[in-house]
Amino acid sequence: MPVDFDSRPRAVAGRAPDVFDPKGGFVPMRSYDEDEAVDFVIVGTGAGGGTLAARLAELGFSVVAFDAGPFFRPLLDFASDETAQNSLYWTDKRVCDGENPIKMGGNNSGKAVGGSTVHFAMVSLRFRPEWFKSRSALGYGADWPLDWREMWHYYTVAERALAIAGPVHYPWGPKRPRYPYRAHEINAAGRLLAQGCEALGYRWAETPLATVSAPRGKSPPCVYRGFCRFGCSTNAKQSALTVWIPRALKAGAEIRDLAMVGRIEVDDQGLARGVHYVREGKWRFQRARHVVISAYAIETPRLLLNSATDRFPQGLANSSGLVGRNLMTQSNQAAWGRMEDQVRWYKGPPSLTITEHWNYEDRGKDFFGGYCWMGQGPMPIEWVSVQTGARGLWGERLRTEMMDYNHQIGVKMVGEMLPDEANRVTLDSDTDQYGLPIPRITYRWGDNDKRLIKHALDQMMMSLDSVGATKLFRQEDDTNHLAGTARMGFTPETSVVDADCRSWDIPNLWICDGSVFPTTGGVNPALTIQAIALRTADRIKALAIRGEL
Amino acid sequence: MHRALISPYTNYDVLEKRDSLSWNDATRRAIAKRLSIPRVPRFFSERQWQTLDAVCRRILPQADDRPPIPIAALLDATLLIDDTQGFRTDPLPYDQDAWRLGLKALDIEAQAIYGAAFHVLPPSTQDGLLSRAQGGDLHHPAWQPMTAQLFFEKRILVDIPAMYYSHPTSWSEIGFGGPASPRGYVRMELNRRDPWEAIETSAPRIQEDPYAR
Repeated sequence: MPVDFDSRPRAVAGRAPDVFDPKGGFVPMRSYDEDEAVDFVIVGTGAGGGTLAARLAELGFSVVAFDAGPFFRPLLDFASDETAQNSLYWTDKRVCDGENPIKMGGNNSGKAVGGSTVHFAMVSLRFRPEWFKSRSALGYGADWPLDWREMWHYYTVAERALAIAGPVHYPWGPKRPRYPYRAHEINAAGRLLAQGCEALGYRWAETPLATVSAPRGKSPPCVYRGFCRFGCSTNAKQSALTVWIPRALKAGAEIRDLAMVGRIEVDDQGLARGVHYVREGKWRFQRARHVVISAYAIETPRLLLNSATDRFPQGLANSSGLVGRNLMTQSNQAAWGRMEDQVRWYKGPPSLTITEHWNYEDRGKDFFGGYCWMGQGPMPIEWVSVQTGARGLWGERLRTEMMDYNHQIGVKMVGEMLPDEANRVTLDSDTDQYGLPIPRITYRWGDNDKRLIKHALDQMMMSLDSVGATKLFRQEDDTNHLAGTARMGFTPETSVVDADCRSWDIPNLWICDGSVFPTTGGVNPALTIQAIALRTADRIKALAIRGEL
Repeated sequence: MHRALISPYTNYDVLEKRDSLSWNDATRRAIAKRLSIPRVPRFFSERQWQTLDAVCRRILPQADDRPPIPIAALLDATLLIDDTQGFRTDPLPYDQDAWRLGLKALDIEAQAIYGAAFHVLPPSTQDGLLSRAQGGDLHHPAWQPMTAQLFFEKRILVDIPAMYYSHPTSWSEIGFGGPASPRGYVRMELNRRDPWEAIETSAPRIQEDPYAR
């Protein structure tokens, strides 16, 4: 963690930062005693945990939500700068291996109240309905124990809660309501993507984005500053930090920032009784009736494995042996080229237009799964990493190529990778700053993944070629979002949690984040994680009413 | 032959926007700190620093017409406060150890092949060694547990460019708008430019031997 940021907790003594106050004020916050068994402890406050904290508190449960990261005030803390914003990411020690090791850090992780939604690209897409039954309907991966029609309802709820800006008619999939806010203006990079799609005969759309196109409450409309992936300094972005956390606080949840949960304690009956966590250098214990882990696909299995006891020597919720397994990332390859025109792709959200053509078209594929591609607007450091990573450039040649920055265009895929038990998170013998064993992350692309990537790269190159781009090249090695490692399913033998995100082994232990995905689809996962969290909250309430909690 | 790289944005200085609506206080603080970075080794030893500085000059040869970007100092500071991405990829050690080990190994290779320290070799010879590292053609045991190729790909070609393009001078050079909060941008279309964006005066070009004409 860089030393720039004041590393003392801010959510203490009955108040929490008011993220909308430009003067650095606070909002009142309910506080719970550590000896008081709260209804729910939630570990993590991102797309899963943040959403769940708000909804459970609104449904009348007592909630304490922990985050290992700081409670930022975007208006005061966030610079318009790639480097200075490194404090948003999970940069604790981790080790990666395998044939295609995953790049961690800023690529796919967050360590802040609000989790990685603080720096996500705001792309808010629904799954294709068939993906919830990918095994039985499409012949690959695993079926979800969720019905797409129910998910369609929760997607709508999530889109309203986040005031998603998107098109009136979305061109793929079953009918959906129009997006709550009008679509954003399309920048030059987005226009060129659209032109390329039209040349290929594919539909395109304005990307549904979680940043407002008109004022909403205390959020001003997006000013197109382009640094979305390094934190939104104006609060136009509808992240967990600006949407769900304020709702959670208002409904009586307590948020504990800079509080790293290291172990879940299980009692003699095999039930979770609370969490051990570090805050301000001291190990502490919070009692709870239920524990929810929402720490994402690396930290969730790590916490379950690190909580092993004599009774659960393989780690908690792991009688299936599947905790940590079936880790999935998404292929994130790109095609890049140069236009004679000035594009100046740094303006506006990076992915203003999209084509989901190959998510919905199954003919002509030699692989399972789908992918979309979106327009791009990398900042200089990310752009130079493409030039060095994909082309190996350095010296005078590198500096010259970089001077073409304002003429560059690109399209980047989000592609489905298939679950594979050998891709997994395990514990390493090395420990982190808290003394906890660090995760080892092992990954290998399968043959299907490689075929999908090749298909997508060919398609994306054609689309750039068709708009007159020159000096085309492929970026062959990049991945992004994570999923898997605690999959939901139909039986305790083949999954870690049930459809309600409740662990099969420990009835008061829940997992609610991207870890529960049995497959990952060809779209960004944030909206689906939030839809699942909304559903889980409703299910918990229903179970409580029936006395089945 | 002397060659000079000429930026297409000759009259653009992103720092002129420093006190404008395109910069907020958090950005001003972050950039002020970057511009005043101490230009002495604090993380690296003197010898490592000399090697690093020589490598930086080859990976990103600097402009003649602007003050040089202190790449080595920026990397030194980054490693000193551990402002890294945190993870490591087998068999590379964590960034700090990888850099110390890699610079030492590069110097050992230079000594073994040319009988001189890396930083005193002629630039073309330095380029030759770096190309061999990139191509996986340096195999001294001093690289272990990593390889010269991995060090070149994952550290040299990642960290040195990241330092260079974190500096406002590089943003001016490529015509990047730079910090943009709270004002942002208005004109989003092709070939449109807000008044606070860079004016492109020419295509990027390499001027061969500019003093001979």
